[in-house]
Amino acid sequence: MRAAFAALLICPALILSALADNPPPQSSLMDQGAAIFDSGKLLATGGVSDLEGAGGGGLATWALISGYGTRDGIGANGHFTYVDLGSYSLWTEGVTVGLFDRVELSYAYQSFDTEDVGAKLGLGKGFTIDQDVLGAKVKLVGDAVYDQDTFLPQISAGIQYKHNDKDWLISAIGGKSGDGTDFYLSATKLFLAQSLLIDATLRETKANQFGFLGFGSDKHDSYSTEFEGSAAYLLSRKFAIGAEYRTKPDNLGIAREDNGWDLFAAYFFSKNISLTLAYLNLGNIVIENDQQGVYVSLQAGL
Amino acid sequence: MKAGSGIRTAALAWCGLMFCMQGAQAADTLFSDMGGQDAIVKIANDTADIFLADARIKATFDDTNMDRFRKMLALQFCQVAGGPCIYTGHSMRDAHKGLHLTNADFNATVEDLQKAMDKNGVSFATQNRFLARLAPMQHDIVTR
Repeated sequence: MRAAFAALLICPALILSALADNPPPQSSLMDQGAAIFDSGKLLATGGVSDLEGAGGGGLATWALISGYGTRDGIGANGHFTYVDLGSYSLWTEGVTVGLFDRVELSYAYQSFDTEDVGAKLGLGKGFTIDQDVLGAKVKLVGDAVYDQDTFLPQISAGIQYKHNDKDWLISAIGGKSGDGTDFYLSATKLFLAQSLLIDATLRETKANQFGFLGFGSDKHDSYSTEFEGSAAYLLSRKFAIGAEYRTKPDNLGIAREDNGWDLFAAYFFSKNISLTLAYLNLGNIVIENDQQGVYVSLQAGL
Repeated sequence: MKAGSGIRTAALAWCGLMFCMQGAQAADTLFSDMGGQDAIVKIANDTADIFLADARIKATFDDTNMDRFRKMLALQFCQVAGGPCIYTGHSMRDAHKGLHLTNADFNATVEDLQKAMDKNGVSFATQNRFLARLAPMQHDIVTR
């Protein structure tokens, strides 16, 4: 299933990048149809797919609209991400569509594997908690790339609806709901003269550990305002390195929840394929401290 | 974290950052960092060549006097880079009037200019300093 998804993702992208290098001689109806996928944005300015499937870094959601479609076109991409945290692991796959550099729609399926912790907690070794994330983002003002003559960032507002499939477990640990909706306001700016991209995002959320442990709790069921931020330095047109930080609510009585951070490197092979590698640290997750490890994410699109 | 204090902190941090960014741009060495007058004339010429070979945008230059275009591009690059030149051509708005250029067209010219700068040994960081000064021209050039 995962291999098939990966093949589905990569093959068209590879074919497309080959076509882009050697465009077919005559213009067919298909080419004209493909023109809507104009791939007109500059390399890397589509960002990558974050943990929740939105255009961003890894932990932080950005104001950029995902994909390489300009305001006259559409961009679409798929991604898969694997995170090995030590006692847990996480698999995410999803698709994101950018419409006319204005609206972004995303879907991500996330599977959180409790590995040996599942056995310790009596859930069974390799017990997984699965979650669907549906996202929508709209660009409100500014352009992160062109507006180099003003300090106004690109600002977008977004919403993410998350549905966790383990309601019974969430109730058992004191969580309030298996469904949650996050709202965020994101500001992103490329300081081109400094080769630096900065993002700051405020998120209204009830999520416990991104929603894997549900939303809200018996002791705290209101929204918290959380921060996520990224700083990325461009080493070349294809290569960026950076750091991110994300604060999270601490709603549950059974466990402490820490903030997360990461150090990442993203390589853009072409507008069709990018690979992100990161060191991710999420601190305590339920009974295990120091959950940290490798984050790998592959994005392919047109 | 309370909503009000979060937004205040974020706004404050943003202002601090802006202040630093402005300071970093104070000394203007871009013209010499790009290689001075000769290099900039060469970059302008190479850029024009690459434009004309670029299937995405070459039709835009069908009615252009390319000799004049090369001279004006070199003057503009020199002035924008902080060199001792005065651009005497049309405003960007007038020069691109009626061409109905898109963002994809504009970005194609950016990619071509990047190629020309690569060819002339301008470092990536220096290229970005130059592009940052050109980027706002998008507002006048892209009309579709």
